[in-house]
Order: sequence, then structure tokens, then C-alpha cells
Amino acid sequence: MISIEWFIALSAVLFTIGAIGVMVRRNAIVLFMCIELMLNAVNISLVAFSSYHGNIEGHMLVLFSLSVAAAEAVVGLALIIALFRNTLSVDIRNLTLMRF
Amino acid sequence: MEIYAFILLSLLAIATSIGTVLNRSAVNSALFMVLHLLTLAGLYLLLRAQFLAIIQVIVYAGAIMVLFLFVIMLLNVEEEENIIKNSRFGFIGAFMVGALLLGQVVYSLLGLAGVLPELSGQAEAIGTVEAIGDVMFTDYLMPLQVTAILLTSAVVGAMMIAEFTHADGTHQDVIEHAPEDQVEEGTT
Repeated sequence: MISIEWFIALSAVLFTIGAIGVMVRRNAIVLFMCIELMLNAVNISLVAFSSYHGNIEGHMLVLFSLSVAAAEAVVGLALIIALFRNTLSVDIRNLTLMRF
Repeated sequence: MEIYAFILLSLLAIATSIGTVLNRSAVNSALFMVLHLLTLAGLYLLLRAQFLAIIQVIVYAGAIMVLFLFVIMLLNVEEEENIIKNSRFGFIGAFMVGALLLGQVVYSLLGLAGVLPELSGQAEAIGTVEAIGDVMFTDYLMPLQVTAILLTSAVVGAMMIAEFTHADGTHQDVIEHAPEDQVEEGTT
């Protein structure tokens, strides 16, 4: 039987990989995928805690976070398309409009 | 048996997430991401969350990643040249910050080592469609409605943001004018 520590450790590792990706990458689309990686990493630990406690609330929270992730992806990709129209690239280094 | 499945799935999940982060081409990144989401569905099955595993495959790997792939192909982005070589200092910095973050999370979890639960006997009963539907339409009815409003407003907002407008504020009518424009461009 797998103990819950392994699932939490896996979740922490995946979250860290996603965070490193957000810091390293310059492509806005890949940046979004890294944010999805972090969301999924948290979902694993939520489901693990929910199953090991025998409590359904974690499952519901994951369902709602999934629909929020879908809404976030839709709006984010629309923003990327608007960005591409203005700068003809998806490189976030071009986004210096509000830098002082 | 379960342990072997867990080791295989978690190694695959870590490898595909690294592949997502480090791949130069955005399309390959997205395809690695699909594989990652499928391995996560397998992990949900190990945790007796059947319904979430199916939803993960349908919504995430099916719908969201197809949206990502559509946008990548629509924008036709060029590959990044040497993501590591160009920003070696930034990469090392990000790796250090990431290691710090991982250490922090692991350290904060070590204090919990004694109080973590064993797999509950009810775990198989709560992951089914029946149990989740039972709770969703009674206790969680209000959040469900709010989710519906959120998704609708997200779709409308995305259409507003991505809509093409001319400099004088008029909208381009794609259906009526696009064929004429193409014909004119083709003849000149």
C-alpha cells in the first residue's frame, strides 16, 4: 500500500517543475502550460488527501478548480492572441509597456 | 503491484513535465503536456477517484489542450533558439529558486509526518459518479451555478478580447468581406 507521503512529494516536485518553467521560459503559451502544471500538481495532493480521509470535499474542490482552469485557459489564450496581433510574437520580453 | 504502477506513473509524470518545460518547440511542449495529463489521470485511478480521472482526460487532455494546440497552430510561432544557452544565468537562478521552493514545501510537510492518514475504507465509495453527483446537486448547488456564470462570462470576455477591430473602431465583418479581400489580393 502506498502511503500518502509519496503522493504529496510527487505533488511538490511537479509544482516546483512548473514554477521553474514559469521563471525560465519566454514563450507566453508555454508559460500558460507551466501554470497548468502547477494547478495539476495541487490537484494531486487535494485528491490524495480526500481519498485518504474518506471525505468527498477534496474531489469537489478539484472539480471546481478544473472548471476555473478551463475559464482561465480561455481568457489567457485570448489575451495571447491579442498580444500576437499587436507585437507579432508571443515573447514576453516584448511586454515592457508598463515597465518604469 | 500498486507500487509499481505508482512508480511508473510518477516517473512518467515528472519526465513529461520536464519535457514540457524544456522543449524548444511549443507544439512538442503541448504534446508532452497531454501525456502528463494522461499519467495524472492514472494517478487519480490509483487514488480511487474514477470520476475525476475520466473528467481529467475529457476536459484537460481533450478540451483544454486542443484549445492550446489550436492557438499554437493559429499563431505559427517559431521555435525558440537554445532556451538554456541564451539565459544560462537566468536558468541557474530559476533552478536555485525552485530548489529553495521545493525545500520549503518538503520542510513544512515534514512536521506533518505523524498525523497523515492511511487510505480510508470509504475511498472507493466516494470517487464514483453517484457519490459526486449526489453531493454536487445538493450541498454544492450554489458553487455549481456560480461556475456556470464564470464559464459564460469567460467565453464572452475571451471573444471581446480576441475580437479584431480596425483603428477607427469598426469591426471587421469576416463573413461578408473576407472572400472579396482574398480575391483582390489574388488578382493584384
